Amino acid sequence: MSRVSVPCHVKGTVALQVGDVRTSQGRPGVLVIDVTFPSVAPFELQEIMFKNYYTAFLTIRVRQHTSTHTPAKWVTCLRDYCLMPDPHSEEGAQEYVSLFKHQMLCDMGKVLELRLILRQPSPLWLSFTVEELQIYKQGPKDLGIWFQVSPTLPASGQYAFALQSPSMTFPKWLSHPVPCEQPAPLLEGLPDPSRVSSEVQQMWALTEMIRASHTSTRIGRFDVDGCYDLNLLSYT
Amino acid sequence: MLQEESDLALIIAQIVQKLKGSNLYAQLERQAWASLQRPEIKLESLKEDIKEFFKISGWEKKLQNAVYSELSVFPLPSHPAAPPEHLKEPLVYMRKAQGSWEKRILKSLNSMCTELSIPLARKRPVGEQKELLNKWNEMGTDEPDLSLFRPVYAPKDFLEVLINLRNPNYENGDSHSFRTHLGLIQVPLKVKDIPELKEFFVELGLTAGQLGIDDSTQVPPELFENEHVRIGQKVLSEQDSAAAQQYIRQGSPTALRAELWALILNISSQPEDILYYEQLKTNVIQHDLLVDSLIYKDVKLTASNDDYYFVFEDYLYQVLLCFSRDTSVLGHFAYNSASPPKSYIRGKLGLEEYAVFYPPNGVIPFHGFSMYVAPLCFLYHEPSKLYQIFREMYVRFFFRLHSISSHPSGIVSLCLLFETLLQTYLPQLFYHLREIGAQPLRISFKWMVRAFSGYLATDQLLLLWDRILGYNSLEILAA
Repeated sequence: MSRVSVPCHVKGTVALQVGDVRTSQGRPGVLVIDVTFPSVAPFELQEIMFKNYYTAFLTIRVRQHTSTHTPAKWVTCLRDYCLMPDPHSEEGAQEYVSLFKHQMLCDMGKVLELRLILRQPSPLWLSFTVEELQIYKQGPKDLGIWFQVSPTLPASGQYAFALQSPSMTFPKWLSHPVPCEQPAPLLEGLPDPSRVSSEVQQMWALTEMIRASHTSTRIGRFDVDGCYDLNLLSYT
Repeated sequence: MLQEESDLALIIAQIVQKLKGSNLYAQLERQAWASLQRPEIKLESLKEDIKEFFKISGWEKKLQNAVYSELSVFPLPSHPAAPPEHLKEPLVYMRKAQGSWEKRILKSLNSMCTELSIPLARKRPVGEQKELLNKWNEMGTDEPDLSLFRPVYAPKDFLEVLINLRNPNYENGDSHSFRTHLGLIQVPLKVKDIPELKEFFVELGLTAGQLGIDDSTQVPPELFENEHVRIGQKVLSEQDSAAAQQYIRQGSPTALRAELWALILNISSQPEDILYYEQLKTNVIQHDLLVDSLIYKDVKLTASNDDYYFVFEDYLYQVLLCFSRDTSVLGHFAYNSASPPKSYIRGKLGLEEYAVFYPPNGVIPFHGFSMYVAPLCFLYHEPSKLYQIFREMYVRFFFRLHSISSHPSGIVSLCLLFETLLQTYLPQLFYHLREIGAQPLRISFKWMVRAFSGYLATDQLLLLWDRILGYNSLEILAA
């Protein structure tokens, strides 16, 4: 289902460290990022998306809106989610990650604020954080197309990679033909007309599908109109 | 749960999209239309009857093989927000390093072009075209003056770039601490250690029979060899790619190797493929590229001087010259961290509709490139099939050996794996070599970059390449 981005305000990261930050020699291994939603009412969280940058473990705490007048409490909704299987090596270090509401420990019905706690126990890395943080809530439901990526048609000479939605919606009258009243039995000895018409309908649907699916092979020419006289190679 | 389902559906959509543009799709369509004539296909159960027909006539197997080969080659779809560069190479500093390495190569090629005053590409006059066509099968007899050409780069230049590769977020202190690596590669990539390698290469364990060891004359053939050959013949008659890939992990009998490799790489010589090769040949005859001279020079320097491969010189020209005109190779740059060099038609600098890739396949050959093709000449004698096998091997495996990437089969990971294994299990050798100033990677790097071609006897080399195909990974080169 589709999702709608929620504008959020990401506060600066705060390092948690024992002792004085300025005088101690080690680097902090825990960072906290607060995310607030200043202009939005409490909403249902659908997805959190971000690009990792050398964070090993992620914990998320959420503060939700309560109907009574009790002050809202912080609840942990994701505990020690592993982003890098081996904190000392590069695996998963710069990956894009999506976290969905079904992965959370508690219900994310009325989110007021989020707190991301990042941990990186390895001393090898100079810094770590998460980037391009985006929060999504559920958008209006729509039917038919389950995946929305704009298709890019490959032109000759380019190596673009195309994605296309595979579902095809047939016109409504094809799926639900209007029932017609039974004709008078003048056609004895001939095959049943409703059966023949359903078979013809199937054949028509097949031909339509085959005709509609176009191939995406490139033409394969490397020159432009027969000419391949080049300048020097460009560096951009 | 939701995530896995949508991932699977996305993979299926991707594969369907790729297969729709292929020959197999057109053939299946034709077969489906033709099958409508058959009496057992009835209109009410059209779909199921055609599916049944495909199963019986072997077309379903072909489709299965095609899907399996797509799954092996293409990386899994990544996160929807990831840009295409991320699919090529997720780590930003490696992308940058690859970009600057490519710039160096381009500068070198451009300076060669201006110094020697030879155009990058030139249309051949008709007389020259006829002459080339006549001596297509004996281009080795040609002795053009190549003394002014030099290879664009050699593996040792590439090694220097890899040694200087650094992660800006990594603690690279000047003082030697537990953080600096003792070998040459200083990038903390994840490589498999021995327990993981043992699990990955389980069919190469001491208890399983291997061709190349257990078929020598001292060992009676009933123990392993006969049975293995029999299974091989069965696999070939079933025409199943996945089974062939599993089978070949223990080595392939010499007689069956050519067909097994073709089955695993999903290559079948259709008339369209032969036609495609002929089209490439016409392209070679029509245009003369600077890259051609580099190929000539490389073949003369490496393969022609090799005791095993000098007889195949003509084949090498036929394959490599056509390879550099093949635009379908550009497809592999979607998952290769490298990018093809670009240029513009003369006089139309900056206009996108006159932008072309140079060379047409985007791959600039380096010193030793022709050695990737040479061992294949022992297996295939028909130029178009040899060409297809080489192209498939290149876009699946060999491109990783000369581009900077964090992939587990990439050359950086292979180097790190080699160094780590040597340090852990032969520490005295490692220490001694370091002390005498010969870092072991400097010696073994050229072996790995060429996939041992030219350094191992051919029968051993082909057994090694059997394992590369079987495990769909180049890690065996380092291990």
